[in-house]
Amino acid sequence: MLSGGDILIRSLQEEDVDYVFGYPGGAVLHIYDALFRQDKMKHVLVRHEQAATHMADGYARSTGRPGVVLVTSGPGATNAVTGIATAYMDSIPMVVISGQVQSHLIGTDSFQETDMVGISRPIVKHSFLVKKAEDIPMTIKKAFYIATTGRPGPVVVDIPKDITNPTDLVEYSYPAEVAIRSYSPASKGHSGQIKKAISMLLSAERPMIYAGGGVIQGNGSELLATLSRKLGFPVTNTLMGLGAFPATDPQFLGMLGMHGTYEANMAMHHCDLILAIGARFDDRVTNTVSKFCPHAKIIHIDIDPATISKNVEVDVPIVGPVVNVLSEMNELLDVSWVDRSSDQEKLLAEWWSQIEGWRKQDCLKVERDDGDTDIKPQEAVQAVYRVTNGTSYVTTDVGQHQMFAALYYPFDEPRKWINSGGLGTMGFGLPAAMGVQMAFPDEVVTCITGEGSIQMNIQELSTCSQYGLPVKIINLNNRSLGMVKQWQDMQYEGRHSHSYMDSLPDFVALVESYGHVGFKIDRLDELEDVLAEVYSEKLKDKLVFVDIQTDPEVHVYPMHVAPNGAMRDMWLKKGVRT
Amino acid sequence: MRRIISVLLENEAGALSRVVGLFAQRSYNIESLTVAPTDDATLSRLTLTTRASDKQVEQITKQLNKLIEVVKLVDLTDGEHIERELMLIKLKATGAQRAEIKRTADIFRGQIVDVTNATYTIQLTGTTEKLDAFLRSMADATVMEVVRSGVSGLSRGEKILAL
Ligand SMILES: Cc1ncc(C[n+]2csc(CCOP(=O)(O)OP(=O)(O)O)c2C)c(N)n1
Ligand SMILES: [Mg+2]
Repeated sequence: MLSGGDILIRSLQEEDVDYVFGYPGGAVLHIYDALFRQDKMKHVLVRHEQAATHMADGYARSTGRPGVVLVTSGPGATNAVTGIATAYMDSIPMVVISGQVQSHLIGTDSFQETDMVGISRPIVKHSFLVKKAEDIPMTIKKAFYIATTGRPGPVVVDIPKDITNPTDLVEYSYPAEVAIRSYSPASKGHSGQIKKAISMLLSAERPMIYAGGGVIQGNGSELLATLSRKLGFPVTNTLMGLGAFPATDPQFLGMLGMHGTYEANMAMHHCDLILAIGARFDDRVTNTVSKFCPHAKIIHIDIDPATISKNVEVDVPIVGPVVNVLSEMNELLDVSWVDRSSDQEKLLAEWWSQIEGWRKQDCLKVERDDGDTDIKPQEAVQAVYRVTNGTSYVTTDVGQHQMFAALYYPFDEPRKWINSGGLGTMGFGLPAAMGVQMAFPDEVVTCITGEGSIQMNIQELSTCSQYGLPVKIINLNNRSLGMVKQWQDMQYEGRHSHSYMDSLPDFVALVESYGHVGFKIDRLDELEDVLAEVYSEKLKDKLVFVDIQTDPEVHVYPMHVAPNGAMRDMWLKKGVRT
Repeated sequence: MRRIISVLLENEAGALSRVVGLFAQRSYNIESLTVAPTDDATLSRLTLTTRASDKQVEQITKQLNKLIEVVKLVDLTDGEHIERELMLIKLKATGAQRAEIKRTADIFRGQIVDVTNATYTIQLTGTTEKLDAFLRSMADATVMEVVRSGVSGLSRGEKILAL
């Protein structure tokens, strides 16, 4: 016989949870007491519940295992909302346990009561309000099952305080299996559709592989590489898909979309066949939908039937886990690839030479006027790439720095690039990096951020001290909300309405006050040396904050022309467009 | 185009709010909605009518299917189906109008289910169209109150929506 609080903890242990990210409060005191009396799971005390959700998120994105969050009712729960929405938009597996007021007080506007199931409803894959202690094991079992299968996502489990009461003991056993009659995610793709797709791949003249975050989430990166190399087709990744295909591979054209490379966007626009894998034709990718890839037939592989033909009509949908579908495709290709005619080989070669022509544009070349000695944010990212040999985990916040990181730090492996693509949450970077560092204590974890974003969860520097998390924070400090300012430059005749950061703290002094190490860089010639020190053996165990003063006038390019532009319509630099 | 979507839903607290929430959140419209438990007490059957293009209704049904508590659903308007709606209507019925109202109600196979010196309450079942037509025919009468159940329906023939 166990109390509800103990049952919850046991249930989480059954799910092999090693970290719980959370913050205590009245409604979860029984649970915290149960946590105190065990030592299998570690609890990480954050400084704000939003950070707990982002930490769990970073943990989940880097490991592929669900992140677990524990917050109290009312303000604890509402503080978690942004992080839940962030995970939801990027399909990240997460289980959020929120305390609720006692059952008999629900609905009476009692102290710290909010309808968490209601508030979170549009941003969760599913949610539960637990009614009695006996239901906890099955609810937790279902929560993990739902969060991690099919298209993953966050699940909220709201638990009223009385249900975890230490004096009410009930029988405990953890279910070995779970089946939900109304939930059965696809386990393999339709073979007929897969065959159809193969024959289209074999006859394509100007093919493109467009792979998104689903390939990473679905652990399909290796299979994608095998497939792409067999086919010899060009590959582009979405912002969420970076690392799904090795970025330094010659077949990789870079990221596509609003800030995609010239060659990726041009190739998309001109291709005659798109093989879309685990990507969702997001508006940040397609530009104007009616002008999207006018010549292309589309094969779309996704685990979620609702993403198929949602934004863009597709010709061959294949609903299933990326691993199963790609394995089947690879097997079929082994047999049928030889049937490809020499004509097609010639056409593919012509396609590649057209692409090489676009590549010559060298769209990511960093511009610098004579006599200009400012540090360009792109150069800072390139320097970080060099110093870390391209092997660091990199989280970012949201803004120009995020795009510079995406474009100038090529990822060769999946799960190393951790960013909030769907919701675009400023404040994500630092706590996400902390979650990664918790999961991989010996790996290098970098948070590339901006002076705006870092201040949205800067209190977590304290959590980093407490748990000794040696995250390296690269602050691309342009003294402005750069991405907002860029739009104002381009669309509002340079009226910078509230896009500058006044009253910035002395970041070095600030981080030092938490016991961390800080550097300020304002000269280009010291960039590489300081970064080498930041990532040196000497500072391996320290959190280091590098405040890099970058040129505030730099814009992110390429950039889609909007509204009414197609994939191929881009600004290439200030005042220069395709 | 008008659609009638019929959904088998786990009979659990909160399930209905997920369906309704989905419509609001994705700005799909709901014209009418009815819901009640079925012969299987673990299931509710929900019928809703909406206006949507083929493409929109495809998204609506896919998004509904994604809700964990949705067990099964069918777009009744995809095939032959029967739809019924119940209406109760209270009218001023005095003088010459009294007989006239009764005659029209008879034509529509309505039943007078409550009577006072000055009012009739008429119960009418049928398709939404028929109920609308009856209301139009009462244009000269004084309608005091109207309550409609929203549409319920099922497929014709052997086709069923069940576990
Ligand atoms: C929580 C939140 N609020 C507002 C925004 C809108 N927004 C997008 S980018 C940006 C500017 C970010 O500034 P900074 O972190 O300094 O990055 P920079 O663009 O300068 O590199 C803002 C305000 C957002 N994405 N998230
Ligand atoms: Mg900035």
